[in-house]
Amino acid sequence: MARLKLPAPPKSLNPAPKRPGEGNGTVTAKDAAKEAGVTVVDWVDERTSLSGPARWLMFRKVPKGTNWFYTLGSGTMFAFLNQAITGVFLAMYYRPSANEAYESARHITNDVFLGEFVRGMHKWGSSVMVILIFLHMGRTFFFGAYKYPRELNWIIGVVLLILTMAMAFTGYLLPFDQRSFWATVVGVNINASGPILGPYLADFLRGGSEFGATTLSRFYAIHMLLIPGLIAALIGAHLYLVAKLGTTAPPWLKAEKARELAEEEI
Amino acid sequence: MADRRQTKSKYTADRGIPGAFEGETITRRRFMTGTVHLTGLIGTAAIILPSLGFALGPMFEKHPEPWQAVGAVDEFDAATYVPKVIVIVAGIGQAGKSTVYVRKRDPKIDTEPQDQYNQFVAISTRCMHLGCPVRFVEAAGRFICPCHGGVYNFRGEVDGGPPVRPLDRFYTRTRNGQVEIGPRYSVNSELKRFSPRDPGETLDGIGPYLYPSRPSVRKLPGT
Repeated sequence: MARLKLPAPPKSLNPAPKRPGEGNGTVTAKDAAKEAGVTVVDWVDERTSLSGPARWLMFRKVPKGTNWFYTLGSGTMFAFLNQAITGVFLAMYYRPSANEAYESARHITNDVFLGEFVRGMHKWGSSVMVILIFLHMGRTFFFGAYKYPRELNWIIGVVLLILTMAMAFTGYLLPFDQRSFWATVVGVNINASGPILGPYLADFLRGGSEFGATTLSRFYAIHMLLIPGLIAALIGAHLYLVAKLGTTAPPWLKAEKARELAEEEI
Repeated sequence: MADRRQTKSKYTADRGIPGAFEGETITRRRFMTGTVHLTGLIGTAAIILPSLGFALGPMFEKHPEPWQAVGAVDEFDAATYVPKVIVIVAGIGQAGKSTVYVRKRDPKIDTEPQDQYNQFVAISTRCMHLGCPVRFVEAAGRFICPCHGGVYNFRGEVDGGPPVRPLDRFYTRTRNGQVEIGPRYSVNSELKRFSPRDPGETLDGIGPYLYPSRPSVRKLPGT
């Protein structure tokens, strides 16, 4: 396969040369700050060679016709980042034990400064993430962006969708009120009704044959450690493939003829 | 005739490798590569296997289910159910408790074979559709589930709605004039006893094979 040249940063980012007579050799504070920034970036780049990959990632060519629908994937990722950040801070107050969980969730909502707001961001953010991931999937489907050579990225996306659903399922139990308790009982029993492996899967989720003391902490560990790590890693792979393969043009755009062929037709 | 593909001798000494000794067939480079791979494999397994066992352990652990006294023998009659609260899982407060409906066995309607464990009938309130709590409605003489409309008759058999088998039951016995509730068991549509299954798992036809009994919970031996 032919190797493409690394894209150059856009011209607007290049520094303009000094006009003759400008500044007259005096070093302003702005010049010094700029110079310090360049020095730091150079120091890092000399030791990591990161500028090439950064240019490869950031200054890609995008096809004509790229529109707002192409932002749904980034939207989903930002929803995930919102979940990750608010989740980490909610974990500072939350206690994953059957006797304390409801009380600590109540404490977050009623007593902690901005607690209701941050908990709300996490709660509503989860719905937003599920909605966005489906819209993103729909965009990919209707634009035909899952076709060769992007099949693997579709598969990774489907795994991400399943993991997101697992996040929603495990997170639903954590407030430990009546609704989340019974919803989890029903959800685990739906898992149990799969043939052969279902009963064992249900035992794994509950940590035993009955909804018990370890069920909540198990769901908590899966919700905040196991799946977020997997999702973050898979988002990395997903983004790598997007950068590597490029995005598709929308299906209503026809490929333009090469200029020399177009001229021949006249 | 020798194999034509084999152009080199398998002995390192014959191949002129420095430091080779008599009878050696594997180069030291290959040996070291193999050793390093094997060490890495052992190291990874030493981390992964205990962690997996730790996470999966509860699937194979059986917890004792103590008998719980719920009331004097004369509290219960055969005509209706008395709701009693028992502890399913200790130490987690309300979440570990469950209601059980108890009545005396009525030979006229209870046709399943009589033994020492069913002198009193104890019906679980766990709906056999997806596990919501059913309640006994006196006026209808039926158990009704609030979630998806499952209806069970007086004996706990399915009358309508989505449930796939009759309500679970508990072993009962009498000790010192008290009715005691023991471990849970599941029943098929003929009220034959099975090891406890989760809701949504039928026990008729090939059901018991599709939904095998789990090591974490079994019915009492000999029943």
